[in-house]
Parts: sequence; structure tokens; C-alpha cells
Amino acid sequence: MSRPYYQSQDLKKFKNITDWSPELGTKFFEYYNSVFQEGALSSREKSLIALAVAHSVQCPYCIDAYTQDGLQRGIERNEMMEAVHVAAAIRGGASLVHGVQMMEVYDKRSM
Amino acid sequence: MPIKSLQSRSHLLSSTQAQLQWLENGIFKPGGLPSFAAKVNDYQNTPLRPRTLEILQLNLGYMCNQVCTHCHVDAGPDRKEMMSEATLEKALDLIRKTSIKTLDLTGGAPEMHPYFLEFVTQAAQLGIQDLIVRSNLTILLANKKYADLPEFFKTHNVHIVSSLPFYKKEKTDRQRGSGVFLKSIEALKRLNAVGYGKPNTNLKLDLVYNPSGAFLPGNQKSLELEFKKALKTDFDIDFNQLFTITNMPISRYLDFLIASENYDEYMESLVEAFNPAALDKVMCTNTLSVRWDGYLYDCDFNQMLDLKVNHLLQHIDDFSAVDLLNREICVSQHCYGCTAGSGSSCQGSVV
Ligand code: SF4
Ligand code: SF4
Repeated sequence: MSRPYYQSQDLKKFKNITDWSPELGTKFFEYYNSVFQEGALSSREKSLIALAVAHSVQCPYCIDAYTQDGLQRGIERNEMMEAVHVAAAIRGGASLVHGVQMMEVYDKRSM
Repeated sequence: MPIKSLQSRSHLLSSTQAQLQWLENGIFKPGGLPSFAAKVNDYQNTPLRPRTLEILQLNLGYMCNQVCTHCHVDAGPDRKEMMSEATLEKALDLIRKTSIKTLDLTGGAPEMHPYFLEFVTQAAQLGIQDLIVRSNLTILLANKKYADLPEFFKTHNVHIVSSLPFYKKEKTDRQRGSGVFLKSIEALKRLNAVGYGKPNTNLKLDLVYNPSGAFLPGNQKSLELEFKKALKTDFDIDFNQLFTITNMPISRYLDFLIASENYDEYMESLVEAFNPAALDKVMCTNTLSVRWDGYLYDCDFNQMLDLKVNHLLQHIDDFSAVDLLNREICVSQHCYGCTAGSGSSCQGSVV
């Protein structure tokens, strides 16, 4: 049987990307870790943003990782769901706002 | 949530053998994940040994007014095991003869022990630096006879350490039983009212957080800040420190892990989070735990797995502090719970 395309075990191999490009891989992970430090935004807020973006880009690894990260931080399920709705609203909105383009073209071409 | 202990349900996992089978086999079979003993050996080349004896933890019995889903003791109202008067006497004697700094009373609900008040009164006179009672909070409201406990604790300068898995109702009640959260809040208010947890008193009130599910605790300091903020804003409650404790894969929590098909992943996450820096700070390096019947263990978790101290002197009747230091600590894969991430002990994270 062929191997499922996404496997939760694969997330653990993420760090291996460094093997084929040590410099860029190392830079990426350093950057990644810095991004999630406490800053003007708290790590807790960043975790929720990450969860929302994970849903927006539909990355199964990130969804797993940031749901668990949220659990560890004591983020509650209603907070997580609200974050996912933010992603959905922006994604949905991004489609919908292009309706303006559609309307422009339609109107321009119509008599 | 179960309403009875594993023991009263004659559940397979009420047998310590069955629990050890899980911990020794499955993903830890040869060729699988490394055993804890092997991991220790990788880092320090010798088995785990005690450094000193500073903390004596007495488990007064397994009876409890609650039946929490994660309980590693399998405690509950149906558990009748209780420490005898003679063993309590022995414990007092032991404290007199050794330089133990901390006496840590746990259970079940230690307050339910018939000689609890007498014992604490006597123990408080022995000059121990830190006399801890692990109180589940709701016991203070469970019966009129417990109503004076906050004053009693204050009189004897008892250090209260209490479980509160979350600062909100839903998660707390799911883990500890319906209604537990509001009762715990009421109990905390009563403790605050006599000065516990308040600034400028020496009455220490610490809370214990443990994850409500199959995940590791987050950062202790961050969670403490959130607990403090939420409990203060929502209920005007003060406390001193928050200890984060990793759930140990034994007893009812093990049952939960297996039944919810989280066991393998949880154990993997514990192994992955192994932190060698936590190794020389694990509890068993400075603690002895005494079971209700006087048997001695490296820690409360080993007690629940009935892994008695690896020494000829296994009972409080034969206690010798110096001799007992010369032993290897009994380990199995549950020990990964003590070394994951920032480590975990009865005093919270260790690194
Ligand atoms: S976790 Fe504590 S309060 Fe809950 S059942 Fe066990 S001993 Fe009782
Ligand atoms: S479970 Fe007990 S014996 Fe094992 S490391 Fe933790 S304290 Fe030590």
C-alpha cells in the first residue's frame, strides 16, 4: 500500500531539511524560534495567530502542532475556534472581495 | 468520568503488574524507544541514586472525597487503606531522629484520616522547616467537621499545596468532577480569609496545575501569571506559587491514555522531551515516600506501582537514613514523566 502523503510522524523530521542545506536550514530555524519569543505580542497571542494561519494554509503539521501548543499554554477551545474563524473570515473575505473585480468587469463589458 | 476507583471496578489496571507490563512492553520493547534506565545510563553512566534525604512524604491513605479521572493514586471514597496509629508514631520518631526538612502529607485526602489533626499537631512541634498538606480543597467543604481546617492549618503554620487544574470551570470539572471548580474557589476564599496566600503573611498557599489531557504542561511561569490574573480578576483570589506537574502514565491516567489511544504518542512525547538537566533534580534523589502500611518507596509514583525501595530495609520499622541512602532507585518508563521538558516533581518543574 502506498504511504499516506501526510503522516504526523513526518513533523519530527522537519529539522532534517537542514541536512541538505545547513546554512539556510539553520537560519530558518533560528528565525522561527525568534519569531515566537515574547515580544510586543505575547507568545500566547503568537500561538493563536500561528493556529489561524495554519488553518488558512491548511498545513496538517502546523494544525497539530499549534493545537497542542495551545493546550499546553492553557488556551481554551473557544479561543482556538475564534482564531480559526478569523482565518476563515479573512480567507472567505479574500474570495468575496474579488467580487468587486467581477462586478467591475461585468459592468464594463455590459451594455 | 468514572465514578469509582479502578480497584472497585476490578479493572485490569488496578493491578500494578498490569501497569508495569504496559510500561515495560509495547513501544518500549527491545528495538523500540529506549528504556528510562538506558537513557539515564547514556547521560551519567551510573544508575539513579539518592543524594540525600530531605523530604519525607507520608501517604496517609487512599480514601478521597473525589474521584479525579487522572488520579495516579486510584483514590476515592471506596478506598479504605489508612496509615495505622503505630506507623504514624514511627514516622514522628523518624522525624525526630533525622534531619528531614520537609514533611509532605498526601493521600487520597489526608484530612480524612481519623488521626489527622492529632498527627499534624504533633508533627508541627518537631521543628520541621516545611510541613506540607496536599489538600484537594473541596474537602474543606465536604463536611462540617472540616470547616475549621483553615484556622487549624494557620495555627500550625501548615503549607497548603492544592490541585487546581485550571482557572476555569469546564476543564476543572471535567478532570475532577462536576461542581469541583466552584467548591475549590470557595475553599480558596476561606483559606485567603485566614491569611493564606496573602502578601505579608507567612501562610503559604501553592496551587498545582496538571494538564487536562494527553499533553505536557506549558511553561510554569507563564501559566502562573495567567492563573494569578484570572483568579484575581474573576474571584479576588490570591495564592503564592503555581507548580506545573506532568501527568504520570500510571493508574487512572494510564487508563485514560490507553482508552483514548493516546498512550504511544504521549510516551513518545515524554521521551522526546527528556531533559538531562532534570535528572539530578528528580524527587527521588532527596525524598522517601511511605505507604499507609509502612512500606518505603523512592517516590509516590513508585508507591502506586508497588516498586518498593531496592534495599533490605523496606519498611519504616527498619528505617535507617544512612543505610537507605545506599541504594539504587527503582525506575521504569513512568520516570520519563519526571524528566520531560522543565522536569516535574511535587514542587513543580525543576529546571
Ligand atoms: S487526584 Fe487527589 S483529589 Fe483527585 S481523586 Fe486523586 S487523591 Fe483525590
Ligand atoms: S517516577 Fe519516582 S523514581 Fe522515577 S524519576 Fe520520578 S521520582 Fe524518581
